[in-house]
Amino acid sequence: MSLAELICPAGTPAALRTAVDAGADAVYCGFQDATNARNFPGLNFTPDELAASVAYAHEKGTKVLLALNTYPPAGKVDLWRQAADTGARFGVDAFIVADMGVADYIARTHPGIRLHLSVQAAASSPEAIRYYCENFGVKRVVLPRILTIPEIRQIREEIPCEIETFIFGNHGLMVEGRCSLTNYLTGQSTNMDGVCSPASDVEYVRHDDGSMSSQIAGFTIDCFGSDEKAGYPTICKGRYTAPHRPEGYYAFEEPISLNLSRLLPELIEAGVHAFKIEGRQRSKSYVRNVVRAFRAAVDDIRAGREANIADLVALTEGQKQTQGAFETKKWR
Amino acid sequence: MTANTDPIHRPRLLGQRSVARLSAAIVQPILSRIVRRVAERHPSLFARLGPHQTTDYIIDPIELPFSLHLRPDPQALIFRAVPRDIAPVAGAAIRGRFMLLLELIDSEEDGDAAFFSRDLEVTGDTEAVVRLRNALDDVDGSIAEETADMFGAPGRAILARLRRSYPTT
Amino acid sequence: MAVTNMAKLTLGPIAYHWSAERRRDFYACIADEAPVDEVYLGEVICSKRAPFQEAELPTIIERLERAGKQVVLSSLAEVMLKRERKATEDLAAIDSHEIEINNAAGLYACGKRPHRIGPFMNAYNEATIKWMAHQGATHVVLPTELPAPAIAVATRAARDLGLGVEVQVFGRASLAVSARCYHARAHGRTKDNCQFVCEDDTDGMPLITRDDRPILRVNGIQTQSESYIDLMPEVKRLAGDGVTHLRLMPQAVDMVAVAQVYRRALERRLDLSEAEAVLREICGGAPFSNGFFHGEAGYRRIANANPV
Repeated sequence: MSLAELICPAGTPAALRTAVDAGADAVYCGFQDATNARNFPGLNFTPDELAASVAYAHEKGTKVLLALNTYPPAGKVDLWRQAADTGARFGVDAFIVADMGVADYIARTHPGIRLHLSVQAAASSPEAIRYYCENFGVKRVVLPRILTIPEIRQIREEIPCEIETFIFGNHGLMVEGRCSLTNYLTGQSTNMDGVCSPASDVEYVRHDDGSMSSQIAGFTIDCFGSDEKAGYPTICKGRYTAPHRPEGYYAFEEPISLNLSRLLPELIEAGVHAFKIEGRQRSKSYVRNVVRAFRAAVDDIRAGREANIADLVALTEGQKQTQGAFETKKWR
Repeated sequence: MTANTDPIHRPRLLGQRSVARLSAAIVQPILSRIVRRVAERHPSLFARLGPHQTTDYIIDPIELPFSLHLRPDPQALIFRAVPRDIAPVAGAAIRGRFMLLLELIDSEEDGDAAFFSRDLEVTGDTEAVVRLRNALDDVDGSIAEETADMFGAPGRAILARLRRSYPTT
Repeated sequence: MAVTNMAKLTLGPIAYHWSAERRRDFYACIADEAPVDEVYLGEVICSKRAPFQEAELPTIIERLERAGKQVVLSSLAEVMLKRERKATEDLAAIDSHEIEINNAAGLYACGKRPHRIGPFMNAYNEATIKWMAHQGATHVVLPTELPAPAIAVATRAARDLGLGVEVQVFGRASLAVSARCYHARAHGRTKDNCQFVCEDDTDGMPLITRDDRPILRVNGIQTQSESYIDLMPEVKRLAGDGVTHLRLMPQAVDMVAVAQVYRRALERRLDLSEAEAVLREICGGAPFSNGFFHGEAGYRRIANANPV
């Protein structure tokens, strides 16, 4: 049986301590700049905070994975290299990377530190994964959330590295690392700047009838009735009209979160090494509740007991959950 | 349950305006002490606020007779109770039930979840709200309890009673 | 200036599911009339569509080559299923033509043999381009969202390594790809029983916001911009930076005319404002954008502040 490590989000030092205390096997985090894909206002770590956080985590036997999972635009590569050097100096346990230039730099400069391939690299076939393993010594791949369990099992048999899959949180629809939707409307890039629907461009407008519009850069991407649940203000979760859909519909996906709590035994059996919880942008409360619930579930499964998963629907986007592609390819 | 945060659904009381002014005046010294204390104990909070240290936030507990005006400027900290009719123009406004707001400050509740369920309403500068949320979320421990502790046993008793009076959701 | 004339015009692969007849007619016109130097062929977006084109492909290649166009074969952007892995492997084994790789599975398959790097490969910077060059890349198409200063740095690095450098100057931008088919979804179907409904939308299916602003186009698993990128005002700057190839993406407009106006502008037989006016006429009401190039929101049209 695989170890089924629990990989937990940490947007702030306090969230990191919360995750560690709630039973994370590893936490992932990033600096306060474009070097990671959650470059959100007020979030993330200063170098000093990272140093202290690594010490805290290591003292409790928890690993720290540093996300350097964006794509440096030409001329700005040094920022990513410096971030890697800083992380190495503080003793992080692995770097999560997407860009080949960044991967190559770390493989050559810090060969003793593990490389994990970010979901932002969008490696969804054995050949793509092997490319990164053979060229950069990648030890683990974070799989895109588009594969069924039989497909994951098949990949596992054909690759030389560990597999990490998302099990809870924001349900990305687009192939990660290949999405410029935010940049198209706001001028800030998900790949280069690490932002997705930046708060500076988001506005909520309340109407007299109790409904609420969400706008990005002045484009109204959704309007929620007074009793409708809401979601993140991202373009891929917006409601649009189309020639065949004059009534307006969720063209890509409705506000919904991924929750694979019921599939954990199957995922472990398929050879998944690590389970990732999404949500560096979420609060300590989310981290505490979700990590605790999955810690208990994984421990139960490893002890051969039936897992009894706490209800997490209140924390999900749109207060709805899905097993997405993991359950059936009909999702596609 | 979805809280209706619409102003027209607020309870309307006789002499509401004077009640608002009176209650705002009574709580003001307490608020000033609270915010000074939090600022002293958690200086890193200001770094996460970045450029929004000078933003005027209106925190609007829908069932209280007044709203709260916060300007988290370390040079000139403002946290005051203001009757709604004379509240300053807000850079950002956060509206919800008082207990929810308290739980958000203490990270007992998740802000995104409260937003998804429509219990929490955000208007104005969204980045300002996100920064304030992240800044408060990086504070260890409970600001509510620290505050209650400032007022000794009576303070803790009030907080406990307040928590009991709200049904847990 | 001579340097401007050096830039080659290319025609990117058709992103849409055009019928076999439409493709045949389209490439016949391109072969006979369009002043493009290189033509990329092959299904990049959806592996389910590929069988519809394969029968015609040899004829189209022959037709284009007879007209003096260089043909490059492009690989799928998304590789997950068995048939996609196989298609990628087969493409990488081709040695009769240059190939353009759009997925790391393709890089794995072609090893160190010469290949081009497609726009889906995320060659954002000089470090990545250097890595790719050492693995056999001969040519790189820069990401569509790369802003001008980064284009300049990336181009210099690629040229120093002896690589060709290509930038999309015309057509809808690819903004995202997904495992899910949004054309099928719009019609209440799944990807597996899509019945190729995407064939009905030869220039993509428009998505309109709640406030009646068209912003995106759905093309199967791909999401594109509503606006056509048009870097006509910037072509001199691109050529000056050393960009060797300018890519026109096929849209459902008169692409021969589009290629002609770009060619005439490159050769300075048409001044830029005239060229713009002609292009607008060719493209009807399609909005033009160049925001990505100027580091602004991609949909924006930025007036050229510093004509070169």
